[in-house]
Amino acid sequence: RGARGRLTAACLPTEPETGRKKLSSHGRKRAAKRRLGAGSGPAGRSPLGRGGGEREPPGQTARGQSGFSDGNSKWLTPAKAKKTQPKGNHVELSSDGEVEEGSWEMEEEDGSSEEMVDDYGASSSEEEELLPIEKAALKQKPDREGLSEDDSEEEEEEEAEEASKQKMGQKEEEGPDLQLNLDIDEQFKLPTSEEIEKEDIPPDLHVIHQRIQGNMEVLQDFGVKREEGRSRQEYLALLRRDMAAYYSYSDFLLTKLMDIFPLPELVKFLEANEVPRPVTIRTNTLKTRRRDLAQALINRGVNLDPLGKWSKTGLVIYDSTVPIGATPEYLAGHYMLQGASSLLPVMALAPQENERILDMCCAPGGKTSYIAQLMKNTGMILANDSSADRLRSVVGNLHRLGVTNAVVSNCDGRQFPKILGGFDRVLLDAPCSGTGVISKDPAVKTNKDEMDILRCAHLQKELILSAIDSVNAASETGGYIVYCTCSIMVEENEWVVDYALKKRNVRLVATGLDFGKEGFTRFKDRRFHPSLKATRRFYPHTHNMDGFFIAKFKKFSNAIPQAQKDEGPAVEAAAPPAVPDTVTTEPPPKKKKLEGSKADQEQKLPQPALKKKRSLQAQRRPLKA
Amino acid sequence: MRPLTEAETRAVFEKLGKYIGENIQLLVERPDGTYCFRLHRDRVYYLSEKLLKLAASVPRESLVAPGTCFGKFTKSQKFRLSVTALDFLAPYAKYKVWVKPGSEQSFLYGNHVLKSGLGRITENTAQYQGVVVYSMADVPLGFGVAAKSTQECRKVDPLAIVVFHQADVGEYVRNEDTLT
Repeated sequence: RGARGRLTAACLPTEPETGRKKLSSHGRKRAAKRRLGAGSGPAGRSPLGRGGGEREPPGQTARGQSGFSDGNSKWLTPAKAKKTQPKGNHVELSSDGEVEEGSWEMEEEDGSSEEMVDDYGASSSEEEELLPIEKAALKQKPDREGLSEDDSEEEEEEEAEEASKQKMGQKEEEGPDLQLNLDIDEQFKLPTSEEIEKEDIPPDLHVIHQRIQGNMEVLQDFGVKREEGRSRQEYLALLRRDMAAYYSYSDFLLTKLMDIFPLPELVKFLEANEVPRPVTIRTNTLKTRRRDLAQALINRGVNLDPLGKWSKTGLVIYDSTVPIGATPEYLAGHYMLQGASSLLPVMALAPQENERILDMCCAPGGKTSYIAQLMKNTGMILANDSSADRLRSVVGNLHRLGVTNAVVSNCDGRQFPKILGGFDRVLLDAPCSGTGVISKDPAVKTNKDEMDILRCAHLQKELILSAIDSVNAASETGGYIVYCTCSIMVEENEWVVDYALKKRNVRLVATGLDFGKEGFTRFKDRRFHPSLKATRRFYPHTHNMDGFFIAKFKKFSNAIPQAQKDEGPAVEAAAPPAVPDTVTTEPPPKKKKLEGSKADQEQKLPQPALKKKRSLQAQRRPLKA
Repeated sequence: MRPLTEAETRAVFEKLGKYIGENIQLLVERPDGTYCFRLHRDRVYYLSEKLLKLAASVPRESLVAPGTCFGKFTKSQKFRLSVTALDFLAPYAKYKVWVKPGSEQSFLYGNHVLKSGLGRITENTAQYQGVVVYSMADVPLGFGVAAKSTQECRKVDPLAIVVFHQADVGEYVRNEDTLT
């Protein structure tokens, strides 16, 4: 009402002259157009459309009366208009169609909701007749530059949030030419809970993205950029909410990820999960050479490259005119479609010829066939998986690739040493939550919760103990276990490895992979064995391959530590006088245990609770003897 | 898993003989050890004796595939050779057929080979002789049965079938489920 009033006040002097009745703004514009012709009509209309007559009534009347030529001279002097910009944002925005939303918001500030409706229609009609308005816009562009940046910023943050409005207000005061990025950061205001509730649903992703960036800037330099009275927790809580909304994660998973990654890396990780990893294949050296295969595929129209210095058999496919999974070379078994990170555990395992190898969770058979190819079809592989369905693909792949030294079985991995033991090496690619392969399966973002992760961890612990027990420590060439998962959760990786170290006579050795991040030796309130530095973590955003974790164990004794719950080797080493019985059974391994568990001892010292346990067990021991 | 009976062994060797003739001996006694055939759930598997020991220790219900599957016995006790045996038979094949690049794809989809797709064929191929089908790059593609003898192949018109399709490597993708 108010703006309309202003309009009519501005326009009446002109229009009654022509003897017309009172019209709506739209009608007025049309009339003006009719009256003045294409050239001046819209020009006259433009200030009207936005109800900003308060700023330019004199100019308006002049225009309305005399037509375009008069107004021209005014517009050709941009320097004048610039000074007046900051005061009256309302008017100038009108002729620039793209900022109509910003101006719409201004209107709201003025409290003229009815006018707003009209303006929408007005602006759209203005857009149809671009010429004179364009001219006007062009002329005013130099002055407008500063302001339109303002408005585009405002557009993006368009939400009924006081935070953004405050920003706009501040910007207006400071003038249009300042670097606006700085402004935003300095003024990043944490919206209160009421403001958050007022937010539109569905959320506006642009706003959320801006807010995430602003929030992160503040958190990076918290002491300086923080708002008084607001705790870091509030900022973090808002960041978590925003990231969960923007990237579609569940709150639980995002909390876990925030524990693992520092903030800038977290954003990179989340972004990397939105994009698929490149397609990679592994040459089957049993049937062909990488050079020949590359040549044959290039002839078919595939664009490829060797995978990297670290792999002699991998090729990465950039694009292809034929389906990679159906070329005659694929069907003849010359290569296997496999992720780059799946090559790593087999390289770490380093199977030798004429060994007995167990692959506990082999489906779909990529790693098993790589093992066979490294062994050149000698020796024996037992390829096991607990899912009969998925075993079909294992059989198919092994036959296709020409693997002759494999026996495929369908047992639960936990039964293993009972069914068959005494292997030289074991590969355990444990079933996991799949948080490293979110780019392949986005459902993981939301359907994993605490129970899932703990269940996986429990199964992995059982499997790793079975795997360790199935290896013959006295094997001449072997005695190695490789444990790997395609997950980045500490519960499934370092925790399981640490558990195995405590429960069995194994120690961690170098994986032989010279790239990749080292595993954690401590995480939140948990402390792991320091040798966990030998394990490797791979991330999608650092290595451009699926998230992976690899640990290589060497078993140094076939004996299974009895009865101690948590610190098998460490306790025995720490309380030698109380351990006569175990000493007599396995003298040589005990020496190794001592060596291996000196590190254990160092690690155990900072944990007073465990010391207490040890003394209790030491007391118990004489009874046992 | 059990060894083959006399009748079964005869059936298998007869079938194999159709493709590789008398070279069956070479299959059984290889430089890297003795190999044998075993029957498991109506399928015939080919494995070395070393692998046999490992496979024997796996419980029967859990055993899925000891070694390489050569084919299976149908309900009426006929032996049907499967494509998974290709790698072993190809080097010893007596009669070979080479297919032109254009009709490679068609054979891989399970169609018969027409005269227009025929590149080369070994001399003296009798009619209904078992053949191994190769691509022009000498990559084995599958098995077949010659529909016409070599002499007739020369005379026949381009759209006539010259090789009946029996098994091809495309089955790894088409029939992945039925391989086991």
